[in-house]
Amino acid sequence: MAEKNRLTLLADRLRRFPARPQTKIMEVCGTHTVAIRRFGVQRLLPPGVKLVSGPGCPVCVTPDRFIDEAVALARQGAIVTSFGDMLRVPGSRTSLEEERAAGGDIRAVYSPLDALRIAADTGKETVFLAVGFETTAPGIAAAGMMALEKKIANFSLLTSLRLVPPALKALIAVDSHLSGFLLPGHVSAVIGKQAYEFLIPQRLPGVISGFSADDIISSLLCLLEMHNKGIYKIMNNYPRAVRDRGNERSRAVMAEAFAPADAEWRGLGVIPASGLQLRPAFGALDARRRFAIQVENAPDRRECRCGDVLRGLIDPPDCPLFNKACRPDQPLGPCMVSSEGSCSAWVTYG
Amino acid sequence: MCLAVPMKIIEIQGDMAVVESAGLRREVGVTLLDKARVGDWVLIHAGFAISKLTRKQARETLAIFAEGNFFG
Repeated sequence: MAEKNRLTLLADRLRRFPARPQTKIMEVCGTHTVAIRRFGVQRLLPPGVKLVSGPGCPVCVTPDRFIDEAVALARQGAIVTSFGDMLRVPGSRTSLEEERAAGGDIRAVYSPLDALRIAADTGKETVFLAVGFETTAPGIAAAGMMALEKKIANFSLLTSLRLVPPALKALIAVDSHLSGFLLPGHVSAVIGKQAYEFLIPQRLPGVISGFSADDIISSLLCLLEMHNKGIYKIMNNYPRAVRDRGNERSRAVMAEAFAPADAEWRGLGVIPASGLQLRPAFGALDARRRFAIQVENAPDRRECRCGDVLRGLIDPPDCPLFNKACRPDQPLGPCMVSSEGSCSAWVTYG
Repeated sequence: MCLAVPMKIIEIQGDMAVVESAGLRREVGVTLLDKARVGDWVLIHAGFAISKLTRKQARETLAIFAEGNFFG
């Protein structure tokens, strides 16, 4: 009960908070996007405060071309393994789910270790679709190392890993209207607080947050308070899971296997050093080297405004397709496909 | 996608450990932690322990889980 009372008090404080007009807070974690709408936090915001979603859903920021590459691998007869969320994402012509229905060996897995097991058990060429941010990349690096160590030579990675800080840097370079960031919880468990220090000279506060209603509301209160008072700091409001310095060992494993590389983000274009590519010593794991993957240039995605949603420029209902031609049961754009996409969260939770 | 759940290590064999929470057991990788010991509470993401927790921290998170006041 004490917990309920605390939550009511926090919600009340947020509703009555004397925020500055035109305060715009961006969340950059798909799990936060869903939690905010599921708890109805957007209805507790005081006048003048707007919450916008950033590029925090790995499925959403992955360009069509990556799906096309995965489809090409499946058509060459490889077993394609992936986190389940990716399967429904439309590529430029087809999705992995459709390819599976057409006979492709495409399997949803929970962990890259499951993919490694499939490779060991079947002896067939098995490709793992390596998508995700800093939370996921170290585990994928570790699974790759295990493959090399155990000489599971039929295992490879099709990489489209992304880094959060370079994307935030790119965003604030073009949008000066943001007032602060609700920072991702589990990405921060790996990269730590110091990874966001570049926000401070830009006069932007950031709060690392957990995923309960209490976590999110208290983090927003901290952000609004800092914004009002002109305090620019990075706060760790999720010490249950995040140490200020992150997990150095995770970062070391990630850095051993991967080097930063320029990468394309849906909606944001190519951002310097915002992705990860396998280092030469791990080249044997690179599906792009192992297979001749040929894909045609993807045609532009007409009308879908997923890219603008990912930059926080528009709310999902501003897209002409939203909840009409593009719905969770019949998604056209990745922000509607992924359960953590903004469009899906807006439809599901209102 | 970056979901993570607190679980307790009940057995370690080399790079792998068996973890348990609420009666559910899983085999996970522990190479991303400096020192993993039986009895440690850890945060599990996509088959790997990514962070160590104190027992108190794990309990707090699991309690939030149980109340449904959580989505992560």
